[in-house]
Amino acid sequence: MNPGDWLAHWWPGLLLGPALLGGALAFVWPRLGFALGQGVALLNALAAVLLVWRVAVGGPLAHAAGGWPAPLGIGLRLDGLAVLMVLAAALVAWAGALNARSYFRAHGQAPEGFWPLWLFLMAALNGLFISADLFNLYVMLELTGLAAVGLVVLGGGTDSLAAALRYLLVGLGGSLCYLLGVGLMYGAYGTVDLPLLASQASGPALGAALALMTAGLFFKAGIFPFHFWLPPAHGGAPAPVSAMLSALVVEAAFYLLMRLWLELAPLSLAELALPVSGVLGSAAVVWGAVNALRAERLKLMIAYSTVSQLGYLFLALPLMPLAGAAIWSGAALLVLSHALAKGALFLGAGTVLNVVGHDRIRGLNGLAQRLPLTVAVFVLAAVSLIGLPPSGGFLAKWLLLNGAIAQGQWWAVAVLLVGSVLAGAYMFRVLGRCFTYGHTGGREPGVALAAQWPAFGLAAAAVALGLAGSWVGALALAGSPFEGDALLGVAP
Amino acid sequence: MTLENWLPALILLSSLLPGLLIFFLAEERHKTRTILNLGGALIKVALVLVMVGGVFAGRSYESRLTLLPGMDLVLNADALSVLLVTLSAGLWLVTTVYAIGYLEDSPHRSRFFGFFSLCVTSAMGVAMAGNMLTFLMFFELLTLSTYPLVVHRGTPEARRAGRIYLAYTLIGGAALLLGVVWLRVLVGPLDFTETGLLADHAGLDPNALRFIFILLVGGMAVKAALVPLHGWLPQAMVAPAPVSALLHAVAVVKAGAFGIVRVVYDVYGVEFSAELGLLAPLAAVAAVTIVYGSVRALYQDSLKKRLAFSTVSQVSYIVLGTAILGPVASVGGMVHLVHQGLMKITLFFCAGNLAETLGIHRVQEMNGVGRRMPYTMAAFTIGALGMIGVPPLAGFVSKWYLAAGGLDAGQGWVVFVLMASSLLNAGYFLPILYRAWFLPASVPWPRERAMPGRFETHWMLLWPPVITAVLVVLAGVLAAAPFSPLEWAQLIARREYGL
Amino acid sequence: MTLSLLYASAGVLLFCLGLFALAVRPHLLHKILALNVAGAGAFLVYLGLAYRGGGAAADPAPQAMVLTGIVVAVSTTALALALALRLGRATGRMELPDGSADR
Repeated sequence: MNPGDWLAHWWPGLLLGPALLGGALAFVWPRLGFALGQGVALLNALAAVLLVWRVAVGGPLAHAAGGWPAPLGIGLRLDGLAVLMVLAAALVAWAGALNARSYFRAHGQAPEGFWPLWLFLMAALNGLFISADLFNLYVMLELTGLAAVGLVVLGGGTDSLAAALRYLLVGLGGSLCYLLGVGLMYGAYGTVDLPLLASQASGPALGAALALMTAGLFFKAGIFPFHFWLPPAHGGAPAPVSAMLSALVVEAAFYLLMRLWLELAPLSLAELALPVSGVLGSAAVVWGAVNALRAERLKLMIAYSTVSQLGYLFLALPLMPLAGAAIWSGAALLVLSHALAKGALFLGAGTVLNVVGHDRIRGLNGLAQRLPLTVAVFVLAAVSLIGLPPSGGFLAKWLLLNGAIAQGQWWAVAVLLVGSVLAGAYMFRVLGRCFTYGHTGGREPGVALAAQWPAFGLAAAAVALGLAGSWVGALALAGSPFEGDALLGVAP
Repeated sequence: MTLENWLPALILLSSLLPGLLIFFLAEERHKTRTILNLGGALIKVALVLVMVGGVFAGRSYESRLTLLPGMDLVLNADALSVLLVTLSAGLWLVTTVYAIGYLEDSPHRSRFFGFFSLCVTSAMGVAMAGNMLTFLMFFELLTLSTYPLVVHRGTPEARRAGRIYLAYTLIGGAALLLGVVWLRVLVGPLDFTETGLLADHAGLDPNALRFIFILLVGGMAVKAALVPLHGWLPQAMVAPAPVSALLHAVAVVKAGAFGIVRVVYDVYGVEFSAELGLLAPLAAVAAVTIVYGSVRALYQDSLKKRLAFSTVSQVSYIVLGTAILGPVASVGGMVHLVHQGLMKITLFFCAGNLAETLGIHRVQEMNGVGRRMPYTMAAFTIGALGMIGVPPLAGFVSKWYLAAGGLDAGQGWVVFVLMASSLLNAGYFLPILYRAWFLPASVPWPRERAMPGRFETHWMLLWPPVITAVLVVLAGVLAAAPFSPLEWAQLIARREYGL
Repeated sequence: MTLSLLYASAGVLLFCLGLFALAVRPHLLHKILALNVAGAGAFLVYLGLAYRGGGAAADPAPQAMVLTGIVVAVSTTALALALALRLGRATGRMELPDGSADR
């Protein structure tokens, strides 16, 4: 058996096994938590890289769990988009794990429960990305939510507790909507397998089911005006957790929406319903950015930036059915570069919090002298979030603009540009402080480089993504509804 | 994998790599940093010379990297890019020497020189960009890498200037991005061609093209400081003198003007732009900017601010030359690209010397400074006279060709604009020269610093302006010699007009 | 068919009631109970849809899904109760604090 075949059979185990097993072991033996966390996070990152290579070379993979094919069994699949999500999650999780040790050292050690929950979250996200079965996706959504809520609580204090509980309640409400939608889907079409549904489903029941599922996912993704739970939860959690939540957990919900609307919904339905997503996305872009500009604490600012950046994705959704390949790749690039940049920002904010003792933006004068590497992280992440070249965020924005202009959707163009300028405003509000002379000493002694390098790696990757755009864009299309389409067309 | 494919990329790397390394250098590693800085600058000059020779001999150089299918990062060397590349490479070398001397003992040098190198890398990228995408990328990178230089002083004033700078350039960048993507949607890959890439596309909606032109030129006009988008430039003079010198002579302002040249000649094509009726408004804006900048300069007491308004005025000569149809005016505009850089960098170096050595920041304080710092003020005088357009200095050549071009194109008003501007130039430069040379010194100087060595100031501060002043003279006197900026500008004009 | 429709409609009704209560009731215990009511409604829809009429055996797949769903609901309820209890002890009130002042 050659290695390629081995991978083709065992890839789900590779993605789920170590994280689940490690999580369980870390729960039983908390003392092993740190070692397990580091080891599994590294292993998971290696597995993700291996699978990216496999999908890029050999095309999408599919697997029927337990040998039961759909409609009875649970289908798993790893196409281009899924493997990119897996990669983003693995990289952020790895960087977070590396950073977590020095982050928590300021408070003694990682709180009990951190490592098991961290590993469960990794497993749940992987499971979510590879599921091709609507009900299994429900279970994975719940697992993700549960692990995420548990991690938010670890922020300690009443605020984190309240934020976590609100997050849990909103998330559960959203999941139930989704669950009911899945029920309708099964009742009407007798299956919950995505590929099967894609070939069969049509009619009013599909619309009703999709509407319910979408409503649920809107809550989970924290899109405006359902974002109220997001800033306190992401801003109040421990920094590595915020990184994971802001970078991936909310985007996972968007990932599902992308699948649902582009693989299941017929064009007529999409054209009818998706403008809602466009409107909400536009509002989110502006609302999030304005609140980020007004935020007084760094972490809250970053959390509001997530609200704004998510808006871009929802804004892109209605453009997708027509401008297919460009927007699909653009959204994939945006998800990926946002995940990397946002993860880096939160990890950097954690370092600031530990070294400076607070994260009030007004008090960050002279940070560039104290923590040059962390400020470099902020700069690189800002480049990608604003969408300045040569970052991944730039290419993504280019593709979205291209799609919007080609379709004559000028409102989307306007929102994209306004959003970029606002992102520049809120990011440089922080950076301007960092470059002011407020601190007379030199570099802060005793800040572990281990705390800063992972964040730097993520931020640099977000920028470098711009140079690998061709490859990422092509990979994102593998196995998608737009496979084989030209990425950048010329308007007729 | 030949030299032809690698040379443009190598020219970029020769400042990019030292820049990245410098970021990670400890503050005390003075010697290593100097070696990296000067080594990079010298290698760059050598590589550029190889390229100039090659382009003159008719070879073409191109480095290409595919970002997305149909979206390539292209660096190449046509005659126009060689003009700016040579200027930037040469002036970077001089400015590096100057900056090392200027920032001696000041804090955060690693950060400064890191961004300084990135800034030059972006300026090089702007110069060698072979299509709009590449141009846009380096144009934005330039915004980003100059921001830390503008706020380098770290004072509230500097931060305010940085904020204003960003507000202007980010919004301008957004307009430019929209224009580029829109045009990309309409006509496909936007590779520059010498007669204009739109020449190959018939039947496009002229109104859309006009609007795109406004977006593109508007986005660049922010950096070129065309009125009314010039507000950031006088604020940005709070930056350290070497930064102002670079900003005004080769990097930011020049990138904007160069971009306008590219759009008019190599994207739209000069004849097609005229056909769409776009050149006349552009010429009008340039003319207004020329006069307005000069008038404002008259009233500035701060020396650097006066120079900044003078830049607002002078850069628009380039735009004016571009906006007048006809090869003669084009020659005037393009040769001014080089001449303005040489003259303005001389003036800013001198202003920096006065500030560093004697603490002089305002024109009022300059009485008798000519006797205290004769070399510096001699260089300043050459730069100022060049700006006024006194023959046989560089500025005279530019103005001569612009005026002749205006007459050639039947637009006599250009001559009046140039005359008014020259009078105003004289109005704000001659009083400075008079004070410096003919009024008694008002000792003690505001804040005199003892400089080591036997010169009037540190040698690393003295030689750069002297060298650039000599170049100003040479560019004027030897204008007809081979390889002079004028000769090269004529070569470009011949190619752009397909003569 | 009508019987199954009756079940399903009742389920939808319960679901809506539950969500409504989740949104408007401030007391945390009420919110958690409301979630459970809504969940029960959703499960009822599944069971109603599983009914195949007459003497035919019910479709087992929705039943399996409901079983899974109940397991999920039990664990989420447990977590929510634990968090609510902790919050109640910390603040003395079984309500979510007003989050609008966050900045």
